[in-house]
Amino acid sequence: MIAIFPILFPVILMLIHLLIRKEKAAVISGITGSLLLLSGSIYIFIKVFSEGNLAMVVGGWDAPYGISIVIDPLSALFLLVSSVIVVAISVFSINFREKGRKQAKYYFFFFSLVLGINGSFTTGDVFNMYVWFEVMLLSSFVLINLGFSKEQLRAGIKYMALNLVGSLFFLAGIGLLYGKTGTLNMAHLAQILMHDEQSLLINTSAMLFFLAFGIKAAIFPLYFWLPASYHTPNITVSSLFAGILTKVGVYAFIRFFTLFFVQDPLFWHNLLFVVAGLTMVLGGMAATSKYETRKILSYHIISQIGYMIMGLAIFTPLGIAGAIFFALHNMLAKTNTFVVSGLINRMRGSYSLKEVGGLFKESPVLAVLFIIPAFALAGIPPLSGFYAKFILIKAGFEDGHYWITGIAILTGMLTLYSMIKIWNEAFMKKAPEAIEEKAIIKLSFLDLLPSILLGAATILMGIFAASMFNFTYEAAEQLLNPADYIYNVMSK
Amino acid sequence: MEIILAIFVGVLYTAGVYMLLRRSILKFIIGIIFLSNATNLLVFLAAGIIPGEPVFIDESGTVARNLADPLPQALVLTAVVIGLGIVVYLLAVKYRLFYETQTDDLDQLKPTEEE
Repeated sequence: MIAIFPILFPVILMLIHLLIRKEKAAVISGITGSLLLLSGSIYIFIKVFSEGNLAMVVGGWDAPYGISIVIDPLSALFLLVSSVIVVAISVFSINFREKGRKQAKYYFFFFSLVLGINGSFTTGDVFNMYVWFEVMLLSSFVLINLGFSKEQLRAGIKYMALNLVGSLFFLAGIGLLYGKTGTLNMAHLAQILMHDEQSLLINTSAMLFFLAFGIKAAIFPLYFWLPASYHTPNITVSSLFAGILTKVGVYAFIRFFTLFFVQDPLFWHNLLFVVAGLTMVLGGMAATSKYETRKILSYHIISQIGYMIMGLAIFTPLGIAGAIFFALHNMLAKTNTFVVSGLINRMRGSYSLKEVGGLFKESPVLAVLFIIPAFALAGIPPLSGFYAKFILIKAGFEDGHYWITGIAILTGMLTLYSMIKIWNEAFMKKAPEAIEEKAIIKLSFLDLLPSILLGAATILMGIFAASMFNFTYEAAEQLLNPADYIYNVMSK
Repeated sequence: MEIILAIFVGVLYTAGVYMLLRRSILKFIIGIIFLSNATNLLVFLAAGIIPGEPVFIDESGTVARNLADPLPQALVLTAVVIGLGIVVYLLAVKYRLFYETQTDDLDQLKPTEEE
């Protein structure tokens, strides 16, 4: 029964936040709620890795007719890390979200977004995943427009346009898949498609899913909504989106293209390689040309998605373990860099690198807090990013994919460049004169806490990289041999 | 029946894409409506259409074999509701955007990346 907790609990929190009117009560219940969610995720994580997959079928029907909820190692890992981020962002929201009458329901939409995310991670049914995507999409629409400013609405239209088209592709893919197989239960689909020879027929649905998840994950030809919209909402919303939303798309990619779209691997893996390489390089290059922290980081999200897709395309246990490790590391570090850019904005009143500076002298703590995720993203040992990239590159060389691995290594330079650019401009260079006259704003411990939490998680992931790798490797092995997964679901 | 519906789905997709590529935001929303209805029909069609059969099991208890599959219909029902909610929200955003910028033309909106 515990498998339904990550879905049920946010619903309860949403109901509570419908009733709460006082600002303080909303903050307190928001933080306690996300802490409880985190402890639930930790419990599920331990249970999955000690006792095996959790599976249940809701609605009183047997599998494959009922909607199944399955938590396998992959879901458990993503759930755990996204819960850590949710805790950090709920702390971050205390001082940084926009205040006012219209913002009263911030936490309501915050938790409905969490509901959609957790639902997508835990569901074992394709149509159910579509519904969770829609839940996530609608709450993100509301959150992205919550400030009602011109920029937000403009960016919101672009965000909505491409994401809606994406979800229509998803639905069309579901329709065609059901027409061909007669089931939408993932385990049942895997069972049917395992011995399927008619790859041409399945390819049409697979391509529709590829486009849908591609838009969600912001891969090469489909990423244009991301840099157009991620810098306009309030920084708490940006950080949450940056950390989790695109990785839900990556999760869906990993799930679908290992569990049942495994026909015709030659075509799909080559396509994924090409897309991964282009995503990495173009995102990285665009990031270097920007002068606004959030824009640099937004393009940088895209660049990093390429690595995860590359891991999936290598399609060995090591490659997929690398993709998962990279995704988890990236969720933590990326959110953290956005949080730090919010802190810089609080101190200097600007996101533009040209208008900030001199922060190293003024707040060495902030500099350390920036260095941790920035070095992790650039892949410097002993932080998590080093191991993530190391696993991917090792997998690439072992399997003989020299081109893509070379591109991945070179893109690492671009990453390092854009991180050093932020570091030099914001921390090392002298503060512009206009700022020096202003009163110095001190950051309280509460302001720094979310970044400390995420930084600690990044460091821990680096120190315990071996055990973390074992977890991701176990997840990857189960993805490539889905017999356990199928058995666990179908025997319910 | 299926062939007519299939052509109809194609026409709806064409119209939807055409509307989506127009500059007006309102026409864009109409395009989304077309596309989402086309997709709903596609899902409905995917399981096959069986006309003229009762939906109930007969008195002898044997399952009517020619029954249309009810699951895609349930899926479409869900998708219709979601689509309705999204269109309503889009219209609200469109109203608010017009209120703020006094324009319905997407080209008039400055590219947000460059600001």
